[in-house]
Amino acid sequence: MANTLLEMRGITKTFPGVLALSNVNMAVEEGEIHALCGENGAGKSTLMNVLSGIYPHGAYEGDVLYDGKPCEFRSMKDSERHGIVIIHQELALVPYLTIAENMFLGNERQRRGRIDWNITYEKAREYMAVVGLNEDPRTLVKDIGMGKQQLLEIAKALAKNVRLLILDEPTSSLNESDSQRLLDLLLQFKREKGITSILISHKLNELAYVADKITVLRDGMAIETLTKGVDEITEERIIRGMVGREIVDRYPKRESFLTGEVALEVANWTVYHPLYTERKLVDNVHLTLRRGEVVGIAGLIGAGRTELAMSIFGKAYGAKISGILKKDGRQLWLNSIPDAIQNGLAYITEDRKGDGLILTNSVKHNVTLAHPKAISRHGILDKDREVHSVEAYRQKLGIKCPTVEQLVGNLSGGNQQKVLVGKWMFAEPEIMMLDEPTRGVDVGAKYEIYQIINQLVAQGKSILLISSEMPELLGMCDRIYVMCEGRMVAELPRKEATQEIIMNHIMQASKGEIGA
Amino acid sequence: MSVNLEKLGSQLSRNLKQYTMLIALVAVVLFFNTQSSGRLLSPMNVSNLIFQNAYVIILAIGMLLCILTGGNIDLSVGSVVGVIGAVAGRLIITEKMDVHLVMAICVAAGIAIGMWQGFWIAYVRIPPFIVTLAGMLVFRGLTLIILGGQTIAPFPDAFKQYTTGFLPDIIGRTHIYIPELWGIRLNIDMTVNGLSLVAGGLVSAAYVAVQLYSYLNRRRKGYATAGNLRGLIVRLVAVSAVLVTLFITMGTYVNERMPAGVPTVLVLLGILLLLYSFFTTNTVMGRHLYAIGGNQKAARLSGIKTNAMMFFAYVNMAVLASVAGLVMAARLNSAAADTGDGFELDAIAACFIGGASAYGGIGTVGGTLIGALLMGVLNNGMSLLGIPTSVQKVVKGLVLLTAVAFDVISKKQTALPPFRLPFKRKAKPEVMAL
Repeated sequence: MANTLLEMRGITKTFPGVLALSNVNMAVEEGEIHALCGENGAGKSTLMNVLSGIYPHGAYEGDVLYDGKPCEFRSMKDSERHGIVIIHQELALVPYLTIAENMFLGNERQRRGRIDWNITYEKAREYMAVVGLNEDPRTLVKDIGMGKQQLLEIAKALAKNVRLLILDEPTSSLNESDSQRLLDLLLQFKREKGITSILISHKLNELAYVADKITVLRDGMAIETLTKGVDEITEERIIRGMVGREIVDRYPKRESFLTGEVALEVANWTVYHPLYTERKLVDNVHLTLRRGEVVGIAGLIGAGRTELAMSIFGKAYGAKISGILKKDGRQLWLNSIPDAIQNGLAYITEDRKGDGLILTNSVKHNVTLAHPKAISRHGILDKDREVHSVEAYRQKLGIKCPTVEQLVGNLSGGNQQKVLVGKWMFAEPEIMMLDEPTRGVDVGAKYEIYQIINQLVAQGKSILLISSEMPELLGMCDRIYVMCEGRMVAELPRKEATQEIIMNHIMQASKGEIGA
Repeated sequence: MSVNLEKLGSQLSRNLKQYTMLIALVAVVLFFNTQSSGRLLSPMNVSNLIFQNAYVIILAIGMLLCILTGGNIDLSVGSVVGVIGAVAGRLIITEKMDVHLVMAICVAAGIAIGMWQGFWIAYVRIPPFIVTLAGMLVFRGLTLIILGGQTIAPFPDAFKQYTTGFLPDIIGRTHIYIPELWGIRLNIDMTVNGLSLVAGGLVSAAYVAVQLYSYLNRRRKGYATAGNLRGLIVRLVAVSAVLVTLFITMGTYVNERMPAGVPTVLVLLGILLLLYSFFTTNTVMGRHLYAIGGNQKAARLSGIKTNAMMFFAYVNMAVLASVAGLVMAARLNSAAADTGDGFELDAIAACFIGGASAYGGIGTVGGTLIGALLMGVLNNGMSLLGIPTSVQKVVKGLVLLTAVAFDVISKKQTALPPFRLPFKRKAKPEVMAL
């Protein structure tokens, strides 16, 4: 029997007025992959922050035993010295430094304060080979994709002689093949190097794939630990633990509201990169969206889905945009975002904190931001009407906040996402382009967002749904387009689509490119 | 019961935080007034305070809008004040042009300067720091060129009357004699400028009426945001008492050579403060300024014309700087090469002391006024006490640092969920992971 590498006993952590962790016990054995799951706000990140010393010893109650010895980490540096490395969901890489510089950031290969560049590059290549990162170590981090950045983070952890690797939702911004590669890498480390991992993830199929044990947190408490081979590990089982109830159907049913009227038609749509203007991001795309229809766009990261949606949205992104855009049969020339909003379009960004919400403003200000006309006359705000109408949205969408004056930055991820959706519903668009609307959102809030989508199409609106989660597309869409490297490679009605078929289309399409 | 106590406690601590700078201002005023044995709040000095600080308040309002867009500052305002003064001096004193025409030309020049800087900032996307640093040099240089190295003086009364004079006392001197009121001995026996008395009454009555109307209106419609009546009454009484006292104090200022009373520049300040208060809180454009400062990308994707708003903020700043330039020229009664030197820093300090965020998106006109007054009273008070300017600078620097540090630290604590218990505070502020 392997020995216990880490044991956390009776961890309790309170923030003023909030009990974030309540008497959590957790044991991780050497060489296992231990998954941690729970809804947003269940306490996963807090628990890992306790472990890695971000919340220093004394800021919490309970004991952390590492290698059988009690630990009192005062900072992240302390825990790193013991081989505990945490990789956060938001990567801690400096875009304008090279891969090698990032890899040894804070851990430089140096002699008396002078960096030894020869060793730095040699070691960087070594670690890059281990994680399968094929790049020049002198490449700037800003020039490599998200998947490769994630690999770099892991290489960086290896450079710190990691024994216990903590990954906080590492695959949330990766496509399926990059995710698969990352998970296989963890399995390989476990086999070959005996590295122990703790994996926080919302993606239950991944957990079932790699995890030896799964600890489920709910409301700051460790509900149960499932062991592979002993307990039944299925998505339904884990979801039951997380939400404390059975979700019979993860996607709410909806009747068909299709009328056959085409709401949006995009033809010969081509978009180039805003900086490298010879690079095509969207290549001669055709797309139709009917009234009352949910149309999905499947594809890997970098397939050009976000670029397509944003370029349609008043040329919010890209250069040299060409093509025909028709709404309700009439051709439109949208040259600015206000134009697009005026014409009933809405684009709900995938990056709610970065591009979507104003975290320092209240719920109320955020909701009305894109459509101030509804609460003003001649540019002068009617604040009473604003409170009234936003309050109505708060109730309709079930946004959990004491009042609409609450700052958005203080809400949980799921509630922030609902505010973002509410903001664009408030603008009363006819066509909504939702980009990864359920990213980083817990199961319960996901379900609510799906219900909102269904209500919207019931009102005759049309939804373009961009998602990297294929079950979501299959569960929600009437029709699915498959995009690959800027091109539309397939169009599938719901009945004909399966994950395998979609992946197959992507593989077929990208094969040609790589071979050529 | 305990819940009520907690609620009361949290309300109190919130209010304290909100009014910290106001409390600091009151404390500083009382301190210097005692130390100078009442000279700080003497009728003459109160008028002086207004004259001395008018330019800071005008500039700080403009600066606030720039800071709101994302912590962007305008370093050129001091030089703009200088160049506008120089233009006014050249045209009025040397060229003998019509005063009103020149004032219009100066404001137009302000618009032109703002458009020039706004163009580079908003449309070429050069950082405001660089553009306005360049502007600081360019406009100071232009000031020297226009003045040819000389100081031009004096300005005619027709020009000075607008910003250095007093409103004509159309009501006439009034004698107030109140030996006692409701059994309390008051011994009030003084002669007051009639207009000042009436204006004080009207201004505070207008304030009370507007506040009460909006309160009753909200309550009638049943909004929770109305707040409680007791707090409102306390505020109404306090503010109107301050206003009435201020006007009466100004009214008792007897100047042998000039009719004293309500300074004309106070009217300008009042209008600007009300206008920009309304603009920042009650208009769509004002709302957009805050949004841009909070998250520029999100603002752009919400259909806000971010470039146009940046352009507006800098044009507005330059226009207000030109107004301040006219005020300053009249006050100094001359156009000199170094007029306005360092004013940008006074304005920036006022905004930050007044609670504006160095990252943008947070700040109010009211707070900025308090910040400007705090700096003004410190300046004036220390001068009254005969503290050397060298020490004054050290004190002002430390006050700025303390005010912002206090703000940053208290923000860290308020960034927690609102239902926290105010009595359980850990020594170390923590930001909760959400």
